[in-house]
Amino acid sequence: MSSELSKNLVSFRLSSTSGVPAYLQLVQQVEQALRMGALGPGDRLPTVKEVVAEIALNPNTVLKAYRELEVRGLVEGKQGVGTFVLARPSGPPPGTQERLSRSLQAWVRKARHEGLDDPAIEALVRSALTRAGSSAEGAA
Amino acid sequence: MSRAAQPETAPAVEAVGLGKHYGHSWGLQDCSVQVPKGAISALLGPNGSGKTTLLRMVAGFATASAGSVRVLGRAPAQSEEFLASVGYLAQEMPLYRRLNVAEHLELGRRLNRRWDDGAARGRLTALRVPFDRPVATLSGGQRAQVALALAVAKTPDVLLLDEPVAALDPLARAEFLASLAAAAAGTGLTVLLSSHLLRDVEQVCDHVVLLASSRVQLCATTEALVSCHKVLLGPRRGPSGCERSFDVVRATHTERQSRLLVRSPGPALGPSWEVFEADLEEIVLAYMGQGRDGGAIAAGPLSLLSTTGGAR
Repeated sequence: MSSELSKNLVSFRLSSTSGVPAYLQLVQQVEQALRMGALGPGDRLPTVKEVVAEIALNPNTVLKAYRELEVRGLVEGKQGVGTFVLARPSGPPPGTQERLSRSLQAWVRKARHEGLDDPAIEALVRSALTRAGSSAEGAA
Repeated sequence: MSRAAQPETAPAVEAVGLGKHYGHSWGLQDCSVQVPKGAISALLGPNGSGKTTLLRMVAGFATASAGSVRVLGRAPAQSEEFLASVGYLAQEMPLYRRLNVAEHLELGRRLNRRWDDGAARGRLTALRVPFDRPVATLSGGQRAQVALALAVAKTPDVLLLDEPVAALDPLARAEFLASLAAAAAGTGLTVLLSSHLLRDVEQVCDHVVLLASSRVQLCATTEALVSCHKVLLGPRRGPSGCERSFDVVRATHTERQSRLLVRSPGPALGPSWEVFEADLEEIVLAYMGQGRDGGAIAAGPLSLLSTTGGAR
């Protein structure tokens, strides 16, 4: 795998209005790329310099995100070489997310069509998560 | 990480009681700040609050009327050694209008001993800035990129930038800050950049110095600021009552509710208070207002001088 190719494996973007800290947004985007199969074991993440040259971010924020990914056991930093993907986050294989996301989008469209606004939809989802109990019960 | 266990290194920029008066009024007064090595620090404050005065004294272009300032342990001086270690980019982005980019780079290479030509060329090429046109014909964003590339190619240890993005459109601003962050990544370069808007520079900074009414209102890492402030929401209280049990930076009241930005609330909060995280912008605005009201609120300025910038 050439380094030119791996540069484009993941491209970060930041939302300043989400309320989620910037480093956590990067962590979530890498995890999401892993779940969707866009990134896999062995792939190299962009260097800190490459990331900040693209999205104007404090270099320490990127380092913090990469350290968090390391703590979660998903990537490994190799001194002077780069940061490499070790594993996918635990959970169902890539594809499952995408399939469920499509059916959820259909449901959201239906809810909006019936007159629910986004806060109402969010409240409904939260309440469903609570009512469905723990994930173990859900599987039964 | 292992570096955290090491003793703290000396700050890159340290001012103690620094002041400058113009005639009978102070442009800057009793200014004590520390910018940690490797930090990208936002120097914030309304127009006329003393930002340019501070930067010019740090750069050695203006002399102090009171107090002292040290840059990497040295007093600013017009010596070759000092000038090589400090980069200063004035607000008007000083460039030779008729010279092209290639000629600017050649000039820089001849005049500076520590010149890094490759980095400057690489970044300007990546941004598709033409090397063969007089800089007067480039866009404002491109001229700012050229000025930054020249300042970075000097390989200073401390880079001082006076309102570098104020005149740029949002896209050019983002590209400029990206170049700045890339220049700082992995080099240990310390940056102090002024801006009258936090939002313009928030993402690239990990340290904040806030001036208001010619005085320092805040000096701390962004992480420390966010972690030591909270927003409390509760039933309307008078100014006495429980506000005494913690430092209120800013209080806003509606008929029934009080919303308080407080510093380090203890665990002794009553159950009627809801506690929220404070965001950096809210904190900075609150302290800026404090300076304007002449310190009417009890909390007073905040300096967390012992905090270090992260290791890069």
